[in-house]
Amino acid sequence: MALRKSFSVLLQGVKQNTKVLSTNLHRNYSSESTFSVKPYDLHKLEQGPNSTVSCTKDDAIKYYTQMQVIRRMELKADQLYKQKVIRGFCHLYDGQEACCVGIEASLTPEDDVITAYRAHGWAYIRGVPVSKVLAELFGRKLGCAKGKGGSMHMYHHNFYGGNGIVGAQVPLGAGIAFAHKYNNTKSVCVTLYGDGAANQGQLFEAYNMAQLWNLPCIFVCENNRYGMGTSVDRAAASISYYTRGDYIPGIRVDGQDVLAVREATKYAKEHAVNQGPILMELVTYRYHGHSMSDPGTSYRTRDEVKEVRQNLDPISSFRDKMMEAGFVTKQEVKVS
Amino acid sequence: MALRLIKPGEIFKAFIGRKHFSTTNKALTQTMYVRDALNSAMDEEMQRDEKVFILGEEVAQYDGAYKVSRGLWRKYGDQRVIDTPITEMGFAGIAVGAAMAGLKPICEFMTFNFSMQAIDQVINSAAKSHYMSAGFVKVPIVFRGPNGAAAGVGAQHSQCFAAWYGHCPGLKVISPYSSEDCRGLLKAAIRDPNPVVFLENELMYGQAFPVSEEAMSEDFVIEIGKAKVERPGKHITLVAHSKPVGLCLEAAEQLASEGIDCEVINMRSIRPLDIECVEKSVMKTNHLVTVEGGWPMFGIGSEICAQIMEGQAFDYLDAPVVRVTGADVPMPYAQILEDGALPAVKDVVLSVKKTLHIQAAADRA
Repeated sequence: MALRKSFSVLLQGVKQNTKVLSTNLHRNYSSESTFSVKPYDLHKLEQGPNSTVSCTKDDAIKYYTQMQVIRRMELKADQLYKQKVIRGFCHLYDGQEACCVGIEASLTPEDDVITAYRAHGWAYIRGVPVSKVLAELFGRKLGCAKGKGGSMHMYHHNFYGGNGIVGAQVPLGAGIAFAHKYNNTKSVCVTLYGDGAANQGQLFEAYNMAQLWNLPCIFVCENNRYGMGTSVDRAAASISYYTRGDYIPGIRVDGQDVLAVREATKYAKEHAVNQGPILMELVTYRYHGHSMSDPGTSYRTRDEVKEVRQNLDPISSFRDKMMEAGFVTKQEVKVS
Repeated sequence: MALRLIKPGEIFKAFIGRKHFSTTNKALTQTMYVRDALNSAMDEEMQRDEKVFILGEEVAQYDGAYKVSRGLWRKYGDQRVIDTPITEMGFAGIAVGAAMAGLKPICEFMTFNFSMQAIDQVINSAAKSHYMSAGFVKVPIVFRGPNGAAAGVGAQHSQCFAAWYGHCPGLKVISPYSSEDCRGLLKAAIRDPNPVVFLENELMYGQAFPVSEEAMSEDFVIEIGKAKVERPGKHITLVAHSKPVGLCLEAAEQLASEGIDCEVINMRSIRPLDIECVEKSVMKTNHLVTVEGGWPMFGIGSEICAQIMEGQAFDYLDAPVVRVTGADVPMPYAQILEDGALPAVKDVVLSVKKTLHIQAAADRA
């Protein structure tokens, strides 16, 4: 499916937040482009990740596809939950797709990931097929945990779930990084948690030991602004989560920009392997409530959700970038 | 109660005379302190498998708070014997994560009282993961340390966790008594791919037991989940774990002089619980007394009673089972109160006589 875009069309439609510098431009064909991303906030770092990132067409389409798959999978899970095909807990990831897709883009299969309970997107991106994620949600034998785990307990090679106890996964992740150090691999463990978990004591215990022992751990705070129904300013004395590691250097990243996340992860991985632990805060948003039993409207306005959907959606904003870069046409991505 | 170190003469007597101590079939060759049994077990397993490492407070440069890991840091170095900060939840979680990633940690809790701070990691991360992942995740970790009462350490440092950990599917829980138990069971625990809680006893560390030659071999492993009949008998069954096994043996001695022949069972494992061994014994003796240091409610004795009642041995009971347990109070400090809060030989003797409907009027406290 060769994509054709003329040079003049590329110059049109340059949006406010995105600048496209065309490179490698042959007549009616682009295979790579550079994009600029929002500047990163740095903590105890002299130099941060690059603000100008390049991306190939193939990669862009891959990220876009992955984000779309996750979005649709989560929306389907929502539908099926309401039909009572899925029961119990169901914490959906729609809105945060750029986080897992962007991080995975800079990891290898030898790197490890561990996260909390909003894990469907992560399970998929780490290699669990959608069918096995959904089957697990349905409680079927064909589910990735044979129906014994459920929404919060999906695992795969180098993916340690799926953890139900807020914050408990963080020392676990530091432990996985410890194993990498012990075995002298060049891999990292990406250890994710939310803004709610960021106040847990065990995180600070993990930071302490990670720094003390120089563990190749990338701590990632997926800050979606709400810990269940409590907004960040009602839960944390300091909402600069990227600084909360104190002696651990930190970066704050636009979590809705898959390329920014990818670039920051590349930087973080290099740091973690060669220097020591690092903390990344991804500023993101979840469209759904905390879980399926939470409409998500009692502690935030519908307007806020709408605004994010319109202006900060990771998928539509990336689609726009792809179109501007000449990777895809409007028809190919079915923009209405 | 005072610790009695075995003098060489006594071993000779024991070997020649009555069978006091648990032995395997081979001849007794030497005595070994419980502390050294644990130390040698860890040493040999670390030698055998590079993935085995120890972490905990003071395990390295201090040689272990109770000197159980003495010499291991000097031998294996910083990578394999690791001092942690005083952050149980954090380091237990790190240990569990390392186990999930393929290493074999021995996570020491200075006492199991402090494991309460990390209990979420032990239960929700370690114990349940294998099941939740339908077998995909393995957690080959050993949590070990002293459990139960020590001497005069007060309420917050004296709790027995056998019942709490024994309650949870996904864990194996071991409570050894003798040096042989400690060697064989700790080795088994370290080699086991499941999370194992290994409940030691501080007051037992300084006790020596005769150990057979077989027990000194590097591959000496005792099967987890099998109890041991320490002393065969025909009138009544005494079941205990950890230090109280010694109480039962002492009580059995005392009662033997009165013509009461006690069978003493050392449970060795809390989970899996070897109820078959107890059943077989009860079907022979028709009477049962359980002895434990922990609190009475929802305890080990409660579980044994329930399982005996549910099984074939129920019909063989000639009297209700009596549980001898610690008193249902937080552990007091004053020696006289502490002694009163823990089972003693007299309590076991009294319970035996009560079960056998023998007048206890002549007994003195």
